[in-house]
Amino acid sequence: MADTGLVETLLQRVEKVDGGLDSQDVATSLGVDHQAIVGAVKSLQALGDVISAEQRSSKHWELTGEGCEIAEQGSHEARVVSSIPEEGMPQSQLMKLAFGKVGFSKAMSNKWIRLDKGHEGGPRIFKTVERLEDLVRDKLLLVQKGQASQLEEKEKNELKKRKLLSEVTVKSYWITKGSCFSTTITKQETELTPEMIASGSWKEKKFKPYNFEAMGVALDCGHLHPLMKVRTQFRQIFLEMGFTEMPTNNFIESSFWNFDSLFQPQQHPARDQHDTFFLSDPAQAHEFPQDYLERVRKVHSEGGFGSQGYKYDWKIEEAQKNILRTHTTAVSARMLYKLAQQEKFTPVKYFSIDRVFRNETLDATHLAEFHQIEGVVADFGLTLGDLMGILHQFFNKLGLKKWVEVGNSGMFRPEMLLPMGLPEGVTVIAWGLSLERPTMIKYGINNIRELVGHKVNLQMVYDSPVCRLDS
Amino acid sequence: MPTVSVKRDLLFHALGRTYTDEEFDELCFEFGLELDEITSEKDIISREQGDTKAEGASDVILYKIDVPANRYDLLCLEGLVRGLQVFKQKMEAPRYRRVSPASSEPQRLVITEETTAVRPHAVAAVLRNITFTQERYDSFIELQEKLHQNVCRKRTLVAIGTHDLDTISGPFTYTAKPPGDIRFKPLNQAKEYTAQELMSLYKTDSHLRHYLHIIEDEAVYPVIYDSNGIVLSMPPIINGDHSKISLNTKNVFIECTATDLTKAKIVLDMMVTMFCEYCEEPFTVEEAEVVYPDGRTCQYPELAYRKETLSADFINRKVGISESTEHIAQLLTKMCLRSEVMSDGEQIEVEIPPTRSDVIHACDIMEDAAMAYGFNNIPRTTPRTYTIANQLPLNKLSELLRQDLAAAGFTEALTFALCSQEDIADKLLKNISETRACRISNPKTAEFQVARTTLLSGLLKTVAANRKMPLPLRLFEISDVVLKDESKDVGARNNRRLCAVYYNKSPGFEVIHGLMDRVMQLLEIKPGQGNGYHIQAADDSTFFPGRCAEIFACGKSIGRLGVLHPDVINRFELTMPCSALDIDIEHFL
Repeated sequence: MADTGLVETLLQRVEKVDGGLDSQDVATSLGVDHQAIVGAVKSLQALGDVISAEQRSSKHWELTGEGCEIAEQGSHEARVVSSIPEEGMPQSQLMKLAFGKVGFSKAMSNKWIRLDKGHEGGPRIFKTVERLEDLVRDKLLLVQKGQASQLEEKEKNELKKRKLLSEVTVKSYWITKGSCFSTTITKQETELTPEMIASGSWKEKKFKPYNFEAMGVALDCGHLHPLMKVRTQFRQIFLEMGFTEMPTNNFIESSFWNFDSLFQPQQHPARDQHDTFFLSDPAQAHEFPQDYLERVRKVHSEGGFGSQGYKYDWKIEEAQKNILRTHTTAVSARMLYKLAQQEKFTPVKYFSIDRVFRNETLDATHLAEFHQIEGVVADFGLTLGDLMGILHQFFNKLGLKKWVEVGNSGMFRPEMLLPMGLPEGVTVIAWGLSLERPTMIKYGINNIRELVGHKVNLQMVYDSPVCRLDS
Repeated sequence: MPTVSVKRDLLFHALGRTYTDEEFDELCFEFGLELDEITSEKDIISREQGDTKAEGASDVILYKIDVPANRYDLLCLEGLVRGLQVFKQKMEAPRYRRVSPASSEPQRLVITEETTAVRPHAVAAVLRNITFTQERYDSFIELQEKLHQNVCRKRTLVAIGTHDLDTISGPFTYTAKPPGDIRFKPLNQAKEYTAQELMSLYKTDSHLRHYLHIIEDEAVYPVIYDSNGIVLSMPPIINGDHSKISLNTKNVFIECTATDLTKAKIVLDMMVTMFCEYCEEPFTVEEAEVVYPDGRTCQYPELAYRKETLSADFINRKVGISESTEHIAQLLTKMCLRSEVMSDGEQIEVEIPPTRSDVIHACDIMEDAAMAYGFNNIPRTTPRTYTIANQLPLNKLSELLRQDLAAAGFTEALTFALCSQEDIADKLLKNISETRACRISNPKTAEFQVARTTLLSGLLKTVAANRKMPLPLRLFEISDVVLKDESKDVGARNNRRLCAVYYNKSPGFEVIHGLMDRVMQLLEIKPGQGNGYHIQAADDSTFFPGRCAEIFACGKSIGRLGVLHPDVINRFELTMPCSALDIDIEHFL
């Protein structure tokens, strides 16, 4: 805040004039630095429309440091002349003076002095004039008084060349009364301070208005990844519906659990090298539940449990091949098998959301790995109507009306369930979808690479909103 | 899902009426199909090769229809029309019959011992007095191609050969010979080639080259001769030119050679059931006799009808409806599963025709009943299954930690579980042998060579892709890595890790150390030896010497933290110092 006295003086000056006044003139007439007047103008502007100030710029001439010295003490040549006594002075002595060198040559060319080179005891200088007119000093004094306009351009440029004058651009304000003009002002506070609160002085103070147009300060904070935020919501939905989470932390799976146990034949194209990642190390799984494996072999190759089977030569070698699981249904199969080994069957609702892998051709919507969401219900007497009902409830919670596009659903086949040892009347309904697809729809992302993987733009992560699936 | 492309007007003609696109779309939905696209040859060429190439192409409207993968009976116009007409109750499902030739012995195909090693099975049949038109002929060829791509698994399981029976004479011999000994003029070629020459000829054939691998490395190649030594085909690659069928062909000899007999029978049944309606006596197929090396004989095609008996109650209970036995029998009959209510009024006898090889269990019949009933007409119900939800403890812990790591100012990254060997070894200055990494045998690119053994490389790649972002970068990820583990049935296990990096102009060891302290505080582990946690200087090639410590909690080593080695920084194309924290959180369950 500028000096209050100065602000008030300025306001009184503005009140007295009819049109307006120049801040530079005010500074000159008050004998204060122009910057102080600028400060007063700025603080008045901050108070609202007390004054209006229009910025102007003008050029004027100013003396340089050397110019000031000359204006005060005379030009170098004049000082040379005045320092020489009647009997003259040795040249060497003159040259030792600060103004000696420049003054000597100028005085010589003005013919104000002469040099006696052959003088006894070395070259000696004598005055040739008694009185002289110091024009340089006179001109500089004019400029100093602010009367530079009396000089001709040529003269000013010559002095500029001698580095005695310089032309400077001056910024000033043209100050006029504003719509709320007044000569008395109250100082406005910017912020509430602990002292004001302690003393109660805030009650008497006026506070500077905030600029509500400006943005706040960007906070330094951490962020959760948008896909993981959506995962959290899906978990929440399943938990709300009473589903228990399956242990899907096993990316590497045997073909047996990933395909054979699901009654997927060994020649199925999904088991092709072009669709599935096979492992070279560890290449094979060992240890299968032997009696179960035998029932799986039989239902594939011969049928049984009411099925014709596929009637082909089922090979253990195919089932042993390790792969990166192509769906989390491999885990569902393990869980259902485990359930079938219980003494007594109990109904279950299971879910999982985890990574699966496909050796696919990659494009804007397909990556080699993605997250699969899966829900499974096993109970006696479940119907297709139950499947459709539970899907409806699930997708309602998602706020997705058209869900047919994003997922798959169905009843597990008896050829899968009965060999596991599940009771005859137990039906298992299940559905699955990818986590990425609804997330891309939700956040309007067209290329999956902008959502997952190391190439994503962190700004996208920083800027992503909270995830409320149902709104 | 295979897509079948049919000419719209031809389809409507065969259906005996026209539909608007919307009406037909609706019909498809009811029948379990999907009208995928309405287009024309001209559109397709124009889209794939540009407008200039499309000039002059046909603009006859095509319907592209998605057919369920195992419905081989809907892969051609003939089958689609028959299915839809029966569904709309405009006709009854035809009865396919195998007949003996009127006045002679059946055609015989003799299989020799030599085929056992390469392609042991063969079946055959004859379409007698068939009338082709251009459309029927095109459809006949197209169906072979569709079957080859689907049930035949690109000819590996089954290969179909069709021949003009009047140009050849039986009995036929299916044998296998060394490639140098097989010599014939293949389809659409001007001269004879040996099998060896053919294999190199077709190396550059855009279509056939995909099938060469099936027999390429075999000592003997399969081949079928007629009684005069004329080559019918060299399955699964190419037919002979001599016996090729044309629009004028009256009698067609169909052979299917296979590595899977069940599939061969299905494919033969499909070929003959789809086209026998064009025979003089429609829906009859003339049998052929196949003689096995051991002397056994079999008559083909099988055209087997199978009966299943199930109750209306079973269907009602599984679908969640309560329809009368009669109505359910009607619904099934509409799906080409001719059904009759049995005398008890409750049981239904369902006849599964040879065209419905996909029906292998009562549950398939139930599904057809549901479809004919209309999925959208089934009342939606809520299962009464009462269960209490449980979270997986490991995931619960991960979820809780994620929230608090973000609250600590770190941003969550999501990186791939598969990566190159270089990412987890060379770039981290480690030897691949010390990583316990699982290796993928068939990666299409180096990005998928191994399953990651650390989260660090993914985070560093994320930093590298975001070098333009304001510093410091603070990233974390909680996810699984995969390690070889002999004790598991598959020889590997996942391991849940928490990894974080701090990337700035100064290494910020104190920041990452502070994060570790915070994590321990969140896990209620106090600083100190014994049951607490402490860190201790360690040597690790990934880290700058003297700037790495091992973290111990409750007496066990759980991970490391430190300032990364400048060579690691360089190898990930980074420029600033970086510190990292990497811990196994499974210890805290």
